[in-house]
Amino acid sequence: MSASVIAEPLAAPTGHAPVHTSVAFPRDTLFGAATPGKIAMWIFLVSDALSFSGLLIGYGILRGGSTVWRHPGEPALGVNFTAFLTFLLICSSVSMVMAYSAALAGDRKKTALWLALTILGGLGFLAGQMHEYFGFFPGFPTHPLRGLVGEGLIPGHSAYASTFYLTTGFHGCHVLAGVVYLSTVLARVLSGKLDGRPGAVELAGLFWHFVDLVWILVFTLIYLIP
Amino acid sequence: MVSETFAHGAEPRAALPVEIQPIHPPPASFWRRVVFSTDHKIIARQFLGFGLFFLLIGGVMALIIRWQLGAPGRPVPLIGEWTFPQNHGAVTPTGYAALFTMHGTIMIFFAITPILIGAFGNFLIPLLIGARDMAFPKLNMLSFWTQFVAGLVLIASYFVPLGPAMGGWTSYPPLSTTVGQPGPGETLWTLALFIAGTSSIMGAINYLTTIVRYRAPGMTYFRMPLTVWGLGLTAVLNALFVPVVASALLMLLLDRVAGTRFFAAGLSIQTAGDPIVYQHLFWIFGHPEVYILILPAWGIVSDLLAFFARKPAFGYRRTALSMTAITVLSAVVWGHHMFTVGMTPLLAEGFMTLTYLISIPSAILFLNWLMTLWGGAIRFQTPMLFAMGVVFVFGMGGLTGLHLATLETDIFLHDTYFVVGHFHLTMAAAVLLGSFAAIYFWYPKMFGRRMNETLGVIHFLGTIVPLVLVFGGMLILGYGGHPRRLYDPSQYAYLRHLMPLNRDISIAAGVLGAFQLVFVYNFFVSLLAGKKAGENPWELTTLEWTVASPPPHHNFDRIPLVLRGPHVLGRPDLTEKDWLGQAEPEPAAPLVAAAKPA
Repeated sequence: MSASVIAEPLAAPTGHAPVHTSVAFPRDTLFGAATPGKIAMWIFLVSDALSFSGLLIGYGILRGGSTVWRHPGEPALGVNFTAFLTFLLICSSVSMVMAYSAALAGDRKKTALWLALTILGGLGFLAGQMHEYFGFFPGFPTHPLRGLVGEGLIPGHSAYASTFYLTTGFHGCHVLAGVVYLSTVLARVLSGKLDGRPGAVELAGLFWHFVDLVWILVFTLIYLIP
Repeated sequence: MVSETFAHGAEPRAALPVEIQPIHPPPASFWRRVVFSTDHKIIARQFLGFGLFFLLIGGVMALIIRWQLGAPGRPVPLIGEWTFPQNHGAVTPTGYAALFTMHGTIMIFFAITPILIGAFGNFLIPLLIGARDMAFPKLNMLSFWTQFVAGLVLIASYFVPLGPAMGGWTSYPPLSTTVGQPGPGETLWTLALFIAGTSSIMGAINYLTTIVRYRAPGMTYFRMPLTVWGLGLTAVLNALFVPVVASALLMLLLDRVAGTRFFAAGLSIQTAGDPIVYQHLFWIFGHPEVYILILPAWGIVSDLLAFFARKPAFGYRRTALSMTAITVLSAVVWGHHMFTVGMTPLLAEGFMTLTYLISIPSAILFLNWLMTLWGGAIRFQTPMLFAMGVVFVFGMGGLTGLHLATLETDIFLHDTYFVVGHFHLTMAAAVLLGSFAAIYFWYPKMFGRRMNETLGVIHFLGTIVPLVLVFGGMLILGYGGHPRRLYDPSQYAYLRHLMPLNRDISIAAGVLGAFQLVFVYNFFVSLLAGKKAGENPWELTTLEWTVASPPPHHNFDRIPLVLRGPHVLGRPDLTEKDWLGQAEPEPAAPLVAAAKPA
């Protein structure tokens, strides 16, 4: 099966009656070769994306229909600090790719190392989010200084506060789930159970990249829209 | 070898069903075999038992509702003193609200979903596509036990202070917030639905992966029985839209327990949310949900009509594609549930037009059913009777849907009994009859014995006639202006002339309920004393009829090689028998010449 198969009907000499034969595409070695786990993970990710969409639709309607979104006394969201967290999360996606690449190469040590770095990135993001909410690490530069709750962004006090904590908190749960998931994969890598089976690392990677991608959407819609 | 047998591209590419599906011995321990089984056939039976149990509860609730509407304020016979002791056995107003709420919830999420999707989805998908089990047997087990927990939580809501949820199955705020219902019953309801939703998503992922990856060689998408099409499309809708309602339920839960006010009604509170948000999120899921319920029944009926008319399904491809088109369109019509909420006319007309579009594929589907029957050598056996019943009641339900899709008439008919009659005809009557058709049809394969045919026919007649009277009567009630969810219609002068009709509907409902005892008797007695079913009691073509009844643990000794579509019935050149199995080789010397003399 080569490109000439496709070209054949086009190059058919004129003057003859047209021959209606089926056109064969060149075989795509990846087509139809996805493992059941990968198919299931993709379906789950689409499904999970729609759960985020439900929350974001709610946020959109509430914000679009409000006359005053940020009430007096409520702090603005600190874009700079969270942009740093976003950068951290994107970096952990890069290390995830490196882990998969090492797994493909069959390098157990490197896979474990990159996975550990990815997990650290996730944990750093979670710690940052806690700091953003509650001001856990005094003196660490952030805006607002005492954490959003300390500055007066209390869940339940306004739609602004409630949608913020719901959406970012729901995403934080996903990061936590991803950290747990990656930790189990790391344990299996270290024990040698995944030698020669990079697929399991790839699946975890799919979920991790999804969590990152959703964060970029959430960050844009919640933080960056003035 | 496989690829030589078919035209290019006919076999699923790179499918490795033999390598990825080794034969495992059945588990030895009692717990792994019967309770925490990963065998799709056992899980299917668990779902069937679970669903039938809740169908019974939901059915009794419906009868109590009808008793209150037919004879308002009179003590409920038999169980009244036990259920409503504080009111001398008569239904109380709050009790009534709880009844219609729980009836809807139980029937939709705990009866029909487990029976059609849980039981038959599980039982049929691997058997009909030639697989040894689901793609993820453990996830499958988890799906059932998650649903089981949801059922327990729902039942528990009956035993908390202030009673169970009373906000209707849609649970609109502010009825469903702590302002409307301060008790924990509504909180448990929200939780139960959330848990049941996770179970549905697990099932959907499993079904879709199985259909994509585990089809036997030669089982292309357009050779799958239409039942699998229906179940697969249902799984698509479940995977896409259950998460949306889950997000709404999450917000509702937080509103109730964490003090947020996502759905608190505006104006009076400075920090208010918006109840309309819930309605949008609910119906983004809610409209696909009615197709989630009906699509498996459509698929089953499309197959059964062909099987028992002994001819190929008319327009197989168009039927499958119509169902697909309806699946797609179902996602963009949710606004027609909210016409009276107050949306801009432009938006409302858009939703109306999109809703009308659904009638095109629906009409194709419906005409295909009629054309399948046309000229067939119909065998009027019980499954066929129920399948034809689905065609009839779905026709009624579908046509009355046009009145509700039309903006101008919906404004008058909204929240009347017309709506109740319409959606019961489509997603209750049609789905119930479809479930019965499926049970009668696959019972021999599931349990190895046949159900009694005479009792089946009695059950059918005792079901279809009162069913049409009940829901047809509701259409008339609604046209007369009778609102739904009304505790005591005899209190209103303008409804008094409708009371005789209300009473007659209740009598018909009682008859309907009584005839279900025939089914219960038939079901259990046939388990023990039914005639032994052979491999293929209905003389049919699809793969499940090539294995023993009930099938062995691994379903197929050898993964079958599928040669043709599911409806090769009544082919004129076949002489020995009138059908040819999907994996059966062509007869050695077909008598084409004898069939068509030159």
